Amino acid sequence: MKKPITGLAVTAAVAAAGLALATAPAKTAHAKTLVYCSEGDPSGFNPSLFTDGTTFDASSRQIYNRLVEFERGTTNIIPALAESWEVSEDGQTYTFKLRPGVKFHSNDSFAPSRDFNADDVLYSFERQLLEDHPFHTVSGGTYEYFAAMSMDSLVTSIEKVDDMTVRFNLSRPEAPFIANLGMDFASVLSAEYAQQMLDAGTPEQVDLAPIGTGPFVFVDFQPGATVRFRAFDDYFRGRSPLDNLVFAITPDSSVRFAKMQAGECHVTLNPNPADLQAMADDPEIDLIQREGLNVGYLAYNTEKEPYTDARVRKALNMAINKQAIIDAVFQDAGTIAKNPLPPTIWSYNEATVDDDYDPGAAKALLAEAGFGDGFETDIWAMPVQRPYNPNARRMAELIQADWAAVGVTAEIVSFEWPEYLKRSKDAEHQTLLLGWTGDNGDPDNFLATLLGCDAVRGSNRAQWCHQPFEELVQAAKVTADVDERTRLYEQAQLVFKEEAPWATIAHSVVSQPVRAEVIDWKIDPFGGNIFYGVDLAE
Amino acid sequence: MLSFVLRRLALVIPTFFGVTLVAFLLVHLIPGDAIDVLGGERGVSPELRARLMAELGLDKPLWQQYLIYVGNVFQGDLGISTLNRKPVWEEFFARFPATLELSITAILFAIIVGLPAGIIAGVRRGSAFDHSVMGAALTGYSMPIFWWALLMIFFFSVTLGWTPVSGRISVIYFFDQPTGFMLIDSLLSGEKGAFRSAVSHLILPTIVLGTIPLAVIARMTRSSMIEVLSDDYIRTARAKGLSPFLVVNVHALRNALIPVITVIGLQVGTLLAGAILTETIFSWPGIGRWMIESIGRRDYPSVQGGILLIASAVIIVNLVVDVLYSIINPRIRYAS
Repeated sequence: MKKPITGLAVTAAVAAAGLALATAPAKTAHAKTLVYCSEGDPSGFNPSLFTDGTTFDASSRQIYNRLVEFERGTTNIIPALAESWEVSEDGQTYTFKLRPGVKFHSNDSFAPSRDFNADDVLYSFERQLLEDHPFHTVSGGTYEYFAAMSMDSLVTSIEKVDDMTVRFNLSRPEAPFIANLGMDFASVLSAEYAQQMLDAGTPEQVDLAPIGTGPFVFVDFQPGATVRFRAFDDYFRGRSPLDNLVFAITPDSSVRFAKMQAGECHVTLNPNPADLQAMADDPEIDLIQREGLNVGYLAYNTEKEPYTDARVRKALNMAINKQAIIDAVFQDAGTIAKNPLPPTIWSYNEATVDDDYDPGAAKALLAEAGFGDGFETDIWAMPVQRPYNPNARRMAELIQADWAAVGVTAEIVSFEWPEYLKRSKDAEHQTLLLGWTGDNGDPDNFLATLLGCDAVRGSNRAQWCHQPFEELVQAAKVTADVDERTRLYEQAQLVFKEEAPWATIAHSVVSQPVRAEVIDWKIDPFGGNIFYGVDLAE
Repeated sequence: MLSFVLRRLALVIPTFFGVTLVAFLLVHLIPGDAIDVLGGERGVSPELRARLMAELGLDKPLWQQYLIYVGNVFQGDLGISTLNRKPVWEEFFARFPATLELSITAILFAIIVGLPAGIIAGVRRGSAFDHSVMGAALTGYSMPIFWWALLMIFFFSVTLGWTPVSGRISVIYFFDQPTGFMLIDSLLSGEKGAFRSAVSHLILPTIVLGTIPLAVIARMTRSSMIEVLSDDYIRTARAKGLSPFLVVNVHALRNALIPVITVIGLQVGTLLAGAILTETIFSWPGIGRWMIESIGRRDYPSVQGGILLIASAVIIVNLVVDVLYSIINPRIRYAS
């Protein structure tokens, strides 16, 4: 009996040894190749067609430029493809002087014959604006951000004044217009490349094999695995010190952290709150933190009883112990919100007085409103994790307990994410948890987008249309003067607080781990990852 | 033999119909649609929604959509992804080699380790080896894949630094992948160290994905072996004075393998189910992860096409197993 067993055991041992041919991971210490562990596949490479940050990171933020851009790490507007601009007296005409000598990338099927000029600007915007544009329906033609920022109704025409001058004519004065042009969807693509691909019968190539003016040239995309870029030698702001940039697609956040520890990536995003302490303790990892451009809130459906009464909303606000939420849900990676705007945005009103936690006063106010015995309601909790709400279920449970203490019985409700968004848009909820991350750093992007009358049955989940507030926000929208706008927005925030359509809960503190050898990493307030300006220590 | 194969093939056709119907219904029963997902927190205007619904064929009644879908499938058209407008067929086969490579190494690992372990445990029934193999098999079978994978990563990759954390090959290697099989492509690339890197990236996912099939194969082999070893013809063989090696490996093993082969065939389904989790954790760019992402994006054509193609793979493998089975055990062929 001995013999066969030995023979088989040897086979098994050889097989096991073969599998155990463990080799040390190849460290990514290759000369100036920065590896970024990203979350998922980009949806495509034309940022005007998509709305997700993963796509922007792989396209607009590395490959393209815009007429104006946000200074890295801030919400300040700086000139980019436009050197300067003028606004007409009536605020309805914007004239941009374009930057000369800006080069486009090239690839296997395209080599640019000219520098960037007005034709490229016209192509990039008219494709989104004009329904009869030959590219309008290419690649699906869903220009959601363009539409979401109301650019389709705002821009009446775009004129080429000369090769290096472009004029935008607007249907109304709209102060946030300049900030909109800094957004990802406003990236400038090559008109010459588009024409060549159209002539070749492959217009969709423009969106799949991108050609831009940006600091990095697109090299390759392996779905589910990697996106590769190399530095653009002729970049108008100067070549990036990094030679190569690789996105290693890693969907699981625990695995991303493991890859950082093992030195397989230099930068990653969205860490697990539970891993933050370990990251902070790791000498090879710098944990960088800053306040996010976001707000997490609980919206009361002001169309439904009893939330038609501002006293009830105020009372419930006072019943919520926000500090407990910051501690338990954000694990201290958040700050209490008192305004619907995050403090990183200009016109944030420091003078606003929050509804402090006071269950006694809340009870009294409820009694005054005729609900001394409490009532029954629901709290909708998002099924997904977002920077402004890392754990909506937990947050809902805490609020449920707080409200129970003042006699209000709440049931927690949740749906699958798309369903959640749809039903809440249809105002089926009584109260719901949601939040917002800013698009363009303009206060209008919070106050009008989330609380304006036009947004009812849309992103205004409180269904709150309050004329005094609406008038202030609309007035600010048509004023170019920043001081005047600031005054109007500050006032609007006070009206908001008085009427309490939301319980403003928190602004998150964004944490981003980067390896110690990464030089000059800045957290983008818009949640992006921008690699131009970043270097690696030798 | 031919008629046996034909009979089996005839059974496949209704199965395919069933799969298309189930795939279609399941996908359309998930609340929310592709356009809601595209719109995100911001939403889509009613005009754009109407245009997209028409473009994607979602504006028709469900039964019409199904008939159109089945009609297209029988013409070999699985539709185009709502996300990037590429043919589903192309998307699937861009990722299938990654899953196939991992599944093959995982099942080989399971067989190479599980079969000998099961045989030895069966032959040495009641020994300490038997008890430890069966204990380990039960543990392996009961372990959640997600947890097991993370445990392996933290131990072997982070603490010991022996294996890479995730991916198919180190990002420093960049070459064409004509076959889609990283082991082959890395050899063909001629880049120094590429093959070694590909092998080292395969180790952990192979072990994790192979664990459950390994446990099943080891247990099955053991019990089948025990049963066969108590048969009269084995006693006869021993009485004739045949060497124990011949008795176990020639006479007993051949008969003991019959149920084991069926079990291995059935494990293909388990492997593909396990691949969904394993691929997500190990950032493995295969169809499991693609399916998860497609479901999240309500990419109906991709999910339907994916389910159909995966089901086809399982059906084909089971067909092959049936045929193999009839070769090993002619009684099956003659009986039917």
